Amino acid sequence: MAFREKLQAWRYNAIPDHLIGEILTKRWTDNAIPFLALVITVAAFGSAIPGFFKPYSLQESTRQLGEFSLVVTGLTVVMLGGGIDLSVGSIFALATFASVATFFIFEAPVWVCLLAAIATGVACGAINGYLIGFLRLRAFLTTLVTFIIGRALFDILVVQYGAATQMSFASSDLWDFIGDGTLFGFSMPVLTAIVFALITHIALTRSRPGWHVQAVGGSRRSAHNAGIRVRRIVFMTYIFSGFCAGVSGFLMATRLSSAGPGTGNGLEILALTAAVVGGNSLGGGRGSVAKGIMGAVIVLVMTNGLIRLGFGTGTNQMVLGIMLAFAVTIDIRWLKNRHKVLNEIYVAPVYLKMGKAESAEPGSGSAYALNNKLSSARHIGLGELEGPEDVILDRNDNLYCGTRHGEIVRFFAPDYKRSEVFAHVGGFPLGLAFDKDENLISCVGAMGLYKISPDREVTRLSAETRRSLTSIVDDARMRDPNDLDIAPDGKIYFTDSTKRYDAHEWMLDSIENRGTGRLLVYDPKDGSTKTLLDGYRYTNGVCIAHDGQSLYFSESWRSRIHRYWIAGPKAGTVECVIKDMPGYTDNINRASDGTYWMAWLGMRTPSFDLSLRHPDMRKRMTRRLPQDDWLFPNINTGGIVKFDDNGKIIQTMGDLTGQNHPMVTSMREHKGKLFIGGILNNRIGLFDIEGADPTWTGMTSYWGEKA
Amino acid sequence: MSFLKNLNQESIVLAITIAIFALASLMLPGFFTANNLVAIVRSVSVLGILALGMAMIIIGRGIDLSMVAIMAMSVACYLQMLGSGMGEGTALLLTLAGVIAMGLINGILVAYADVPAIFVTLASSSFVFGFVRSQLITTDAVPVPTAHWVEILGGLRFFSVPVEVFIFAGLAFATFLFLRYSKWGRYVYYAGDNPEAARNSGMPVRPMMVLRYVISALIAFIAGVLTAASLHSINTRIVNSNLLYDIVLITVIGGIGLSGGKGGVRNVLFGAALIGIMLNAMTIIDIPLLYQNLIKAGILLGAIIVDGILNPRDEQTAQQGDI
Repeated sequence: MAFREKLQAWRYNAIPDHLIGEILTKRWTDNAIPFLALVITVAAFGSAIPGFFKPYSLQESTRQLGEFSLVVTGLTVVMLGGGIDLSVGSIFALATFASVATFFIFEAPVWVCLLAAIATGVACGAINGYLIGFLRLRAFLTTLVTFIIGRALFDILVVQYGAATQMSFASSDLWDFIGDGTLFGFSMPVLTAIVFALITHIALTRSRPGWHVQAVGGSRRSAHNAGIRVRRIVFMTYIFSGFCAGVSGFLMATRLSSAGPGTGNGLEILALTAAVVGGNSLGGGRGSVAKGIMGAVIVLVMTNGLIRLGFGTGTNQMVLGIMLAFAVTIDIRWLKNRHKVLNEIYVAPVYLKMGKAESAEPGSGSAYALNNKLSSARHIGLGELEGPEDVILDRNDNLYCGTRHGEIVRFFAPDYKRSEVFAHVGGFPLGLAFDKDENLISCVGAMGLYKISPDREVTRLSAETRRSLTSIVDDARMRDPNDLDIAPDGKIYFTDSTKRYDAHEWMLDSIENRGTGRLLVYDPKDGSTKTLLDGYRYTNGVCIAHDGQSLYFSESWRSRIHRYWIAGPKAGTVECVIKDMPGYTDNINRASDGTYWMAWLGMRTPSFDLSLRHPDMRKRMTRRLPQDDWLFPNINTGGIVKFDDNGKIIQTMGDLTGQNHPMVTSMREHKGKLFIGGILNNRIGLFDIEGADPTWTGMTSYWGEKA
Repeated sequence: MSFLKNLNQESIVLAITIAIFALASLMLPGFFTANNLVAIVRSVSVLGILALGMAMIIIGRGIDLSMVAIMAMSVACYLQMLGSGMGEGTALLLTLAGVIAMGLINGILVAYADVPAIFVTLASSSFVFGFVRSQLITTDAVPVPTAHWVEILGGLRFFSVPVEVFIFAGLAFATFLFLRYSKWGRYVYYAGDNPEAARNSGMPVRPMMVLRYVISALIAFIAGVLTAASLHSINTRIVNSNLLYDIVLITVIGGIGLSGGKGGVRNVLFGAALIGIMLNAMTIIDIPLLYQNLIKAGILLGAIIVDGILNPRDEQTAQQGDI
């Protein structure tokens, strides 16, 4: 048994399984499969074809590659915007013909030929774009038809004027240079393709129109509702595709100096296969220029390689068909199941042996023994509230709490019957605290640290800290800011419970049990945020000690309370004050007698403690069972504990009836009463404390009497 | 105005067909003769048969771009096997097995792997052509062996009308009965109109989809046999021709919406009539084939634009990734 545990502890704590999931959340992992395919294809054909890697051979094969990747780049942009362009083959052919005719029949200068090709491409693209973008026709069928029309036009033109282009004696050094020459060892098509790819990549990832294209492809409806001119963006993508095909056709014209019936034949299926094999998603939203180029290289090397290896007619189509079907199927399946795979792999539990807790059983005689005191709690705002995680009172005895809907609700003293929405912040406001100037500071779940001034103005104070050096997923952003407190010098100390999950996924964090909770400090003087401590299992409540020299914070999934010194000789050090409580620790707040109240958000159970020693079991559980069957800490029954600066437990309260106020995540003492918040509750509890100082308030305890 | 409101694609096409027919009968010598009318019907029967299969797929919200490849390559393969001395039964069985296998692969990828039909069938078209051309047959055109039943079929006539016309009529009637009066036929419409709802109400949407692709592959094979019968050989280059677009043209122009759930055999017949009459008239006027392609594609574009204007897609309800 002991050996098994040691083995598990080593296996699950030393091997960083969680990194796999984090790497998979990265968008660039999509490129891994096409890149592997690229390497394999080039290696296979490179070794099978003698002289494949010789400079001259490379230069010749890359000329065609340059033209081809231009077309694919254009198609990639169209696909990113959620469309498809099958007419690239005939646009390419028409542009080639336009250049050839301009050069040989009209004997125009080379730049006019380029212009003619581009004009042809853009005009065809504009027709496609108008039909698909503005008339909202189906992209596939429409471009299929424009492809046939373009092809038919090209065939007619070639039959009529083909001979005339052959008879001409027009020649130009520039024309020949573009077709045959090299610059720094690169041919013109390759240079053009590289320049185009770079510009397109930068435009797509770093410019407003590029983002709009991605937005339209990602979710057309959302883009439309967000005010993006969807139709114009779609229109522009087809123009761009036509433009690329036009330039590519010009390069082809200079290379071969002719346009014949075979020009651009089958280019559309080649380009489509390349774009999809590279990993660009059908229907838009996911893709990049790099993917398109990778696909272009794979497809071209493969088809050219098959020809050079001497396979007969039809082999190319067969291989292309298989590649297209395979790539599309994988693409669709991956897109459909990516989040499932990620969900399965992402949760990577670790081993933990929780210390044995003292009993909390009623009448057990231990300091933690629960009683039934909270069952006498009265309630405020019953049924009006959802999720008052924390509560706080101001100098005029008004009561504030956050709600699940992102609002701060204020109940008016003295009877707390009347309420109003004090401010709408968004997110899920959790911990609350007043600063010296009576600004309400809140840790807003999924958003950050916010300040609400007395005249209800909401300001963001902090949403990120410095990124840690070893992080894979950027951990600068706060995912689950939970509770805060303010030191006498005005610095705000607050917790961010986990780096791995969002606030509402707290149960996954508890199952994984990996220490990623942080203690952070925000300095209002310079607006900076620093990480003080890292690696705790769900940091939660924070409370500045009565002397202002240290703070207490709770570590929920280990049921511990730590003390961090912010001043004095021990400044910057941390010590564990209370270990192995029988409940999961939550918010901590000051009590009138110089001690501290602390909430248990739920009670530990032997079964979950045992499961923490079996990470393999928890891993299987998250993979194979539906969420309703998971084992994770209950947060329906907790209690309130009072402890002093020595870590001694003074009092424990609970609600054994389970009806009135069993669920506690926070409590505030105010003028002899205890106001109780609970993240799953629809009310705020109100409880009279025996023997408490009836004049003590949090505001005076922190900031003294009002000046 | 109420007349304009009731105007749909079907009635427009019908009106245009009648107009062209009347015009051609008056203007073109030799158009309105029994022989020419039979020739018109004959010229569109193979196309029409293919369009029946395509219509069934499109009504069920799909598309089959592999029909022409399956049609040409299956028959080429069959004739090649006969030519190399294989027995009649074995050759036919092997070919049918191959045809059904391709239909199954198409259907399973579309229905169960959720891959868009256009890509599946585009890929399978390329694959079927490439595989048969490179692995199974040696030349572009494969002749029908002499005195074989396919050759005899080509010469068969009843009341001096070629047999493929009767086969087209028979298949059209069978498809009509299936779509209109059988339970599974009605299901095709429901699945095409709203696949999710059809599936939720318990219809076997996915197996039916597979079945439709198998049927369209078999129909393609029948059309291939008829083509070989009338030409005494099958030329595999037909795969790279515009035949496929003609099939889509006939199907769509008659008023079968590409988004599925609409139309029937009647629309296919109207589409076939329009295209048959037009092609015949253009041939009589002596318009070159290249220009005929241009005109046909232009008409198809017009049909799609009209379809797009009559059934506009809305930004709020359009489906993501529906290309």
